[in-house]
Amino acid sequence: MTTLDSSKEIQKNNSEINETHEDFRMFGLITFLIADGMTFAGFFAAYLTYKAVNPLPDGAIYELELPIPTLNTILLLVSSATFHKAGKALLKDKNSDSQKWLFFTAFLGIIFLICQLFEYFHLPFGLTDNLFASTFYALTGFHGLHVTLGTLMILIIAWQSRINGGRLTSQNMFPLEAVELYWHFVDGIWVVLFIILYLL
Amino acid sequence: MTISIDPQKTNNESLQPKGWIRYFSFSLDHKVIGIQYLVCGFLFYLIGGTLASAIRIELASPMSDFMPRDVYNQVLTLHGTIMIFLWIVPVVNGAFGNYLIPFYVGARDMAFPRLNAVAFWLIPPSGLMLVASYFVEGAAQAGWTAYPPLSITTPQSGQIIWILSVLLLGGSSIFGGINFIATIIKLRRPGLKLMQLPMYCWAMLGTSLLVVLSTPVLAGTLILLSFDIIANTGFFNPVLGGNVVVYQHLFWFYSHPAVYIMVLPAFGLVSEILPVHARKPLFGYTTMVFSIMGIVVLGLVVWAHHMFTSGTPPWMRLFFTIATAFIAVPTGIKFFNWVATLWGGKISINSAILFSCGFIINFVFGGITGVALAQVPFDIHVHDTYFVVAHFHYIVYGGTVFIIFSSIYHWFPKVTGKMLNEKLGILHFIITFIGFNLCFAPQHWLGLNGMPRRVAEYDPQFQFVNQISSLGALLMAISTIPFLINVFLSVRNGKNAGDNPWNALTPEWLTSSPPPVENWAGEAPLVEEPYGYGKEISEQK
Repeated sequence: MTTLDSSKEIQKNNSEINETHEDFRMFGLITFLIADGMTFAGFFAAYLTYKAVNPLPDGAIYELELPIPTLNTILLLVSSATFHKAGKALLKDKNSDSQKWLFFTAFLGIIFLICQLFEYFHLPFGLTDNLFASTFYALTGFHGLHVTLGTLMILIIAWQSRINGGRLTSQNMFPLEAVELYWHFVDGIWVVLFIILYLL
Repeated sequence: MTISIDPQKTNNESLQPKGWIRYFSFSLDHKVIGIQYLVCGFLFYLIGGTLASAIRIELASPMSDFMPRDVYNQVLTLHGTIMIFLWIVPVVNGAFGNYLIPFYVGARDMAFPRLNAVAFWLIPPSGLMLVASYFVEGAAQAGWTAYPPLSITTPQSGQIIWILSVLLLGGSSIFGGINFIATIIKLRRPGLKLMQLPMYCWAMLGTSLLVVLSTPVLAGTLILLSFDIIANTGFFNPVLGGNVVVYQHLFWFYSHPAVYIMVLPAFGLVSEILPVHARKPLFGYTTMVFSIMGIVVLGLVVWAHHMFTSGTPPWMRLFFTIATAFIAVPTGIKFFNWVATLWGGKISINSAILFSCGFIINFVFGGITGVALAQVPFDIHVHDTYFVVAHFHYIVYGGTVFIIFSSIYHWFPKVTGKMLNEKLGILHFIITFIGFNLCFAPQHWLGLNGMPRRVAEYDPQFQFVNQISSLGALLMAISTIPFLINVFLSVRNGKNAGDNPWNALTPEWLTSSPPPVENWAGEAPLVEEPYGYGKEISEQK
């Protein structure tokens, strides 16, 4: 039988127990990224189906130029490496080095976004011109949204890794590791997107 | 790396509101969140039930005299969307999952309590938004499937609010799924093996995998659909070169698994309830686990059986027919396991087990029509008729909703510390069971004779059978009255339940009723045999 008193007592006892458990925030993030990846998988599947069964009308313009997206691919791949450098530096307690690498990674992300916008403004087709154009903008736009969020998160953790009063230290690596995993994921998606959309 | 649970923080959390007010707060306690899901879901069930009654009143006569045709379309869209996304999915996953899973894995809370609270609090606003869309410019009219081009050509504001609302609910569902996977896999008490978990954990693990893998695809699809509606793109608009069948593929890639998201947790719950009231171990634990996982895998590759009339090529028809027929195997294994669990047991006849047996009867009927619908020639004959409506309701109402009620009767003593009134409970079961079968069994006949679904008017020759169906719906509406009276009376003056009124062995019964904030006084018990009934109690650890 329970009364309110005994449940209060249990509560009190529990709050005195200092328990530890494994950190599974990374596990949760990986599960979330799988879910996010499925959204992209849906978009890719739609795009490939359109390509296979829905011929574009005569005279539709769907030419893509390669230089800018190739540059963008290189930018993102380099940014993955620089992010990795930031993690290594933080692990060795070199916080200011880590912060520099983070700012450099965010800078690469911003350049990516500027290049992407530049490409948008110089493409010969708009969002509603034809089915290819619509899927092109939907796919790159959704990916660009991910890059924007990633860049903002990198700027936040770069701010948190400041030497005096920063929360990000070699003892508290999780924010950096989480954003790093997310960033690698976004880069990986870009590589797939680049192959399917531009090269195929 | 390990995280230490800071005693200071735990104290702060126990300073959260007490009493009834905590059910309206951003509580992090998994039990409070479970009750929030249940009550919120039940309120939406009442709204969706009212809409269902309106549909049956309209269909009592062949002409559209009770409401205009476009209002009828709005009512059936809201009914479907509310019942699926705001009642069954949140309750059978969110409510019971949040309440029970931490007990079953021997934890003090879910893996991510804040994410959990966020997942719940996404539901009331999106639900209210959906209901309120009726008053803006009319709610969505394209059915819960929102097939284009219908969803593109009907009034836009209702459809856009519908999309936003479903996106939010999908987000809530994904957050919940991530939480369940992490809790079941990572937060198990030391010493507790996977194959010792109660069956509901396995069901929720399978369901959450489906949620995480398929819900994002629906989200992406609905984003593309909203582009079609707002920005005049042509993804799914044939006039602009798009392809409606792509929408159907993407939609059913989520929405067929969604059927398993609605029914797998019910499989888990019935596997908890039957052994307790039959006083026998669950028959075939290992086969149950493998059949759940088999359903998860097969459930992801059968979606196109909803689209046999959408110009699917012959190889696709062949593949999806065979894959769908295969699902009958694991489902049949589960069915026979439940029957074998009951066989020769000391069954105590109470409301919980009556609803569970009602579930088994209804579900096997819905399962048989499901196998029939997977056969292409038959499916083409009854596609989009009342036969499909009947099949679907036999699965989700006769199946899942019966289990929701069964679970409420089973776990009410744990949640409140009070027993529910058995006489009112049995009355509730009898009216529900008769009303349900009276309402939906005749619809098989209607469908076979060609009455189309989602149309407000019909051929006068179907009137008599439709009136029988409407009578059944009336009984179903009446059946909620004894239930509500029962709950209100029992919460106030119910018999005291004690900690373990059913003498059950699963871990949630090994703590006080209602359970304390962090579930256990001291360490969580290690339950190695959650279904060890029929043995001496002293043998139990």
